Amino acid sequence: MRLPIAALAMVMATAAPAFAANGDEPERQARWQDVSEAIFGDRPIEPGDELIAIEAPARAMDAALVPITLKVGRPEDVKAVHLVIDENPSPYAAHVRFGPAGDPSELRLRVRINGYTNVHAVAETSDGRLLETSVFVKAAGGCSAPIGVSDAEALQGAGQMKMKFGEMDRATLMIRHPNFSGMQMNQLTRTYTPARYLDQIKVSYGDQTVFELAGDISLSTDPVIGFGYDGSGEGPLTVQATDSDGSKWEGSFPAPVSTN
Amino acid sequence: MQEIAPGIFMRRGPDLEATAANHNGIANIGFVIGRDAVLVVESGGSLADGRWLRSQIRKRTDKPIKHVVITHMHPDHCFGAAAFDADRPNVVGHHRLRAALEARGEFYRERLIDLLGETEVGRIVLPTQEIGNDGAEIDLGDRVVRFTAHGAAHTDCDLSMMDTATGLLFAADLLFVGRVPSLDGSLLGWLKEVQRLRAMSATKAVPGHGPTIVEFAPAMSDLERYLASLRDDTRQAIAEGRPIEEAIQTVAPSERGRWNLFDDYHGRNVIQAYKELEWE
Repeated sequence: MRLPIAALAMVMATAAPAFAANGDEPERQARWQDVSEAIFGDRPIEPGDELIAIEAPARAMDAALVPITLKVGRPEDVKAVHLVIDENPSPYAAHVRFGPAGDPSELRLRVRINGYTNVHAVAETSDGRLLETSVFVKAAGGCSAPIGVSDAEALQGAGQMKMKFGEMDRATLMIRHPNFSGMQMNQLTRTYTPARYLDQIKVSYGDQTVFELAGDISLSTDPVIGFGYDGSGEGPLTVQATDSDGSKWEGSFPAPVSTN
Repeated sequence: MQEIAPGIFMRRGPDLEATAANHNGIANIGFVIGRDAVLVVESGGSLADGRWLRSQIRKRTDKPIKHVVITHMHPDHCFGAAAFDADRPNVVGHHRLRAALEARGEFYRERLIDLLGETEVGRIVLPTQEIGNDGAEIDLGDRVVRFTAHGAAHTDCDLSMMDTATGLLFAADLLFVGRVPSLDGSLLGWLKEVQRLRAMSATKAVPGHGPTIVEFAPAMSDLERYLASLRDDTRQAIAEGRPIEEAIQTVAPSERGRWNLFDDYHGRNVIQAYKELEWE
């Protein structure tokens, strides 16, 4: 079942303040309690340090582009990962479900971080367990940071894609899109540019799904996703992306011969 | 305040981050006195910084303050402008300055208010004279200054100014000396504009950060070396498939130790460079 991320975001935006930079640990725990219940309901969440790890800078150099790597210890046991940035106005940053051609062992994303926050990664195993880990990241203003050009300019070339292939069946998908957060203000009109972001990105290898990512405003402008895939079948890698306004884009990229 | 040439006064901005103690007065700011008028070049980083600058002008001349130059949209250069409201000056900026301030001004203003408090931060002042690609001149009375609107470089709205009588180039943040450059426009564009600035044949320049006056050629060579290392090493990282967080650790290591605040800005510069170059 697909979780209604945007709807959830609206609930959460009213449930807690966007900034809690001075929050102490009990407040952060309470925040996670609220956010995780909104996402996972009453499903138990177990400590998962032995299964999943987050690599992120302790202090972001650019709050609008924080590189995050999720590493999974037993990829064969994991069917999905969830990335949650507690203090972002829309905390559920990404939900990635892996398909038959997927490789959950390492996933790279670039995110916006709006305030000092815990960042959680939750691995969902094939037998339905939720295993969680977290890191603390210092950053400020990543969601409200202006893109720097006019809205029209920012949308030029939206949907343009590029795929870079690395060794060992790894690839990096780049998609042009401003991923407007809804918190970026135009001073002249004193209005916020409406949120408009990539909400679904599906990557397939041949006719097999690699992953399906449900995204949100926390992904940086021009999203870049580094992922692994099982290259033993027949390519190419294909991409289907949609944004929250319903625009759709597709790309197809011949994959190099498997190096496995 | 230092008189760096007859009738040209500059204050050196310290190589510090903005704090409440320094009122965001971290850029080089000053003024040019002509026969008939005063031109403010760089308005200061806050209302307090701009007011201080205005008081320095009034200690030296009663001539009308007719022009205020905002060299680009960064907060340490634009938030002093409101201190000159009473002078009703002509506000000079790049033809893209207005759009840049409209996109980012309010965000910058809120962040600066968090740091300094509401009363210390001026309103956002938009340009009344927008400099196009053909440039423009302003005569202060026996003293003509010439403006050049640059392509995307340090930012996308960089304006430089030449004092035609002395040949002194006000390079603004197209030239950093000592303080590590910050990249917020286009790395390749900046390297292009370096050549354009060289073609102006200035021997002395006023950088946006660093000493108030420097020999142009060696200072620009230092900047170009940094930018070229940033370009070459970032391209190499991308070609080798190294992700952005690894590039931050490995790009242009020889530049560390050559610049103040390197660790505060260099990583961010690598991110900007990587974003620009990964689409090549």
